Amino acid sequence: MTLLTVEDLSISFVQYEAGLRRRKLDVVTGLDLEAARGEVVAVVGASGSGKSLLAHAVLGLLPSNAIERGKILYDGAELDDRRRRELRGRDIALVPQSVAFLDPVTRVGDQVERAARLIGEPEPARAAEKALRRRHLPEGVEKLYPHQLSGGMARRILAAIATIGRPSLIIADEPTPGLHEAVVAETLTDLRRVADDGAGVVLITHDLEGALTVADRVAVFYAGTTVEQTRAEAFQGDGEALAHPYSRALWRALPAHGFQALPGGQPAPDDLPSGCLFADRCPLVADQCRDNRPLPRRVGGATVRCIRA
Amino acid sequence: MDVELLTPTPETTEAPRPPSPSRDVAGFVVRRLLHLLGLLAGVALVGFVLMELSPVDPIDAYVGGDAVRLGEQQREAIAERWGLNDPPAERLAHWASNLVRGDLGTSTIFNAPVTQVMGQRFTASLALLATAWVLSGVIGFALGLVAAANHGRHLDRAIRWTAYTLASAPTFWVGLLLLTVFAVQLGWVPTSGATPIGMDPAQATLFQRLHHLILPALTLSIVGIAPVTLHTRTRALEVLGSEAVLFARAQGDSGWGLIRHRVMRNAAVPALMLQFASISELLGGSVLAEQVFNYPGLGQATVRAGVQGDVPLLLGIALFATVLVFVGNQVGDIAQRMVDPRVPVLGRRGRR
Amino acid sequence: MTVPTLVSPGHPDVTLHLPDRRRRALWTVSILLIVLAAVVVAGTLLADVAAKPDLLNRRQAPSLSHPFGTDWLGRDLLARTLVGLRLSLVVGTLAAAVSAVIALLLSIVAASLGRWADTAVGWLVDLFLAVPHLVLLILVAFAFGGGLTGVVVAVAVTHWPSLARLLRAEGRRVMEADYVHLSRNLGKSRWWIGRKHLLRHLLPQFTVGLVLLFPHAILHEAALSFLGFGLPPDSPAVGIILADAMRELSSGAWWLALLPGLALLAVVKAVDVLGDQVRALTDPRSVHE
Repeated sequence: MTLLTVEDLSISFVQYEAGLRRRKLDVVTGLDLEAARGEVVAVVGASGSGKSLLAHAVLGLLPSNAIERGKILYDGAELDDRRRRELRGRDIALVPQSVAFLDPVTRVGDQVERAARLIGEPEPARAAEKALRRRHLPEGVEKLYPHQLSGGMARRILAAIATIGRPSLIIADEPTPGLHEAVVAETLTDLRRVADDGAGVVLITHDLEGALTVADRVAVFYAGTTVEQTRAEAFQGDGEALAHPYSRALWRALPAHGFQALPGGQPAPDDLPSGCLFADRCPLVADQCRDNRPLPRRVGGATVRCIRA
Repeated sequence: MDVELLTPTPETTEAPRPPSPSRDVAGFVVRRLLHLLGLLAGVALVGFVLMELSPVDPIDAYVGGDAVRLGEQQREAIAERWGLNDPPAERLAHWASNLVRGDLGTSTIFNAPVTQVMGQRFTASLALLATAWVLSGVIGFALGLVAAANHGRHLDRAIRWTAYTLASAPTFWVGLLLLTVFAVQLGWVPTSGATPIGMDPAQATLFQRLHHLILPALTLSIVGIAPVTLHTRTRALEVLGSEAVLFARAQGDSGWGLIRHRVMRNAAVPALMLQFASISELLGGSVLAEQVFNYPGLGQATVRAGVQGDVPLLLGIALFATVLVFVGNQVGDIAQRMVDPRVPVLGRRGRR
Repeated sequence: MTVPTLVSPGHPDVTLHLPDRRRRALWTVSILLIVLAAVVVAGTLLADVAAKPDLLNRRQAPSLSHPFGTDWLGRDLLARTLVGLRLSLVVGTLAAAVSAVIALLLSIVAASLGRWADTAVGWLVDLFLAVPHLVLLILVAFAFGGGLTGVVVAVAVTHWPSLARLLRAEGRRVMEADYVHLSRNLGKSRWWIGRKHLLRHLLPQFTVGLVLLFPHAILHEAALSFLGFGLPPDSPAVGIILADAMRELSSGAWWLALLPGLALLAVVKAVDVLGDQVRALTDPRSVHE
């Protein structure tokens, strides 16, 4: 049963340029996503494709100069602002990128305790301590400040804070950038365990290989659009089981699979083409591709935005 | 009022040194003292040059209207006594050697040692300055937080508008308005002085002193609130847009709790430093406030010294003010290091 | 591609229907300049009216014929205030300009004449910033014997340090840039470098700094006049008008203090907003507002 359904989400911003001009940035244009309880869905795409905004949108944390359109359903019901405020931190939690997301002038222990208090724990201090010990953080870590933490400790503390309310949906936003291999593995395994315990996990990342070690399904993201949602098993061999040309290109670009990079780059958000966003780099491009943006359709076990699949 | 939006970044340019606390503290203090001495020397020099340039005849200034009746001999006698006929270099050397010994000369207005006059006057100003410093700091900080918490709404706009307006208002005009309304029209507070007229100042009760202190302190505080409010608001808004606050909100934090736990301490770090740095503006404001309320403090003495040409007193006050501002800045620097856990207390910060 | 950085929550919605902020800034600047010019013109034209005593109509409350009332000599207060404001604006402009130019010159010297010059300028800036503004103002005004020159010099001398500090930091940044090293290696003299590279890069901050100095210059001129260090007691400087008003407080003539001060406040605020809008228009960092 789907826990989270995101349908055709789009997010735009207005920005001032030099002089008196303004421009509109369409950072996310057609984001679709489905995540169910007990499964890990990886949202994979190049850096800067707007994936983090998905996390902010679901939690209702977009800046107020953002224009949001589309539909988000949680547990069958529409996720409006009021519901987002109620569920934040309790049912839906965020695992952020790095230690920069911790308050630099407050001790770590106090921050975990505050998180416990926010979800209504009757004894926040005890709950906080339990959360820290459960993740094998050493005694005395409560007294430290964020800048004194190692990468691994910071990871575990962020995870502790996120899971303290036993959320049903966890969105991990780029949880493994620039970390030691062992820590990356530990983080991913941790997310897998959380999913196995019954939560739904959305793993936003640019690390396809790492994601595939724990993901059940994968949503491929390109220039602000979901181009394909498919099973993780489809990513094998030469990528024949993948429906969208970009997914295949992504798979083949990995060092282990030939390291074939795709020439060109993503279209800029202030100047998007009117047709398929991938048209300029697509090996299968046809004239109809440039007329309209393709809508998602089912092909085999996947959902694809491509008229050539 | 200077609404400079400073956000000092905590930088450390040195790797952590091996611990030797006593040597560190001593070095720290010595370095700062040398800096102060350099400043004082500079101020003394500039001050002396300025006084040399002044077209005001000190004898005329001292004697005032009766100068016309002074005979040549009397002039000569006064000039001799004050050493006015010696060449400038000699006077500078004489004055400098006196300074080093702690002798700031004699005030021509009060006919007493400058140090004594300054001491008395400063004690009077102290209550005024301290009250205004605390009030403007606390109220300004609180208002800044409230404004940031209500960003975009009417309350924020109102606070911001008021602060900007106050920042453009002349201190002495605010004082005049308060004087008109509360002292002259309503008669709730006295119109001038630090103690009731006709009474021996030493006899005044605490209540009477406070009664006289209210309006000048209020004047100074009101004008001081504006820059603190605006800076705190800006800083708080910055913090509200930071990643740490994003994560806090993702945990369900919001409203006043969010401000108290995530914003307040972060905003307080630069606010504290600025509050100590604002001592310079405070001293300037006290000159105006004391003038309006005829408050016998150091500010009023500065004006009298300037108007009546009391050079020793004027220079003495300039030096004293320099010391005060310096101490204020240093204390502010230390206080900020203590409050911000990211900066080591005794390490050398990156210099501008 | 850079995703716009998070703006703080609660920021008013910027939909495409709202009037362009930059255009509004341009309008505001134009209107304010016209208003300020009008004040200067009015002040010039009313000089005689302002000085005319009318002993039969002393201390009159505000009325239709005297919108600001009359003072203790029966002079029309509105006219006096306008003349005073013109004076404040002229003195303020002059002093701010001199201040800014001093700051610019010193920062160019600091940036282009080597470490020794840089340290010397830095020390000078520190020195002037070590004394409270008003104390320094009184010292300098006293040294120059009061009067218009004294006031202008005093205000100019007190305001250059903070701008100099900014420009000096900026100048250092410019000197460390690659294209400057290139010019050096090509044998260009320091003077040439100063003129071509430094000046061009410091000019925008100089302009903004100059406009931002304005309100402080005006307020300090008023303070000096109020304390009796500026112009002769008969001139209509706003500070002197307010000093007179202080003497007259017991007579209940509230308009003597309230109205001229309000007018000064309005002018300072106008200059302040002007500076802010100019900064918004020229500062490339204000992209996201």
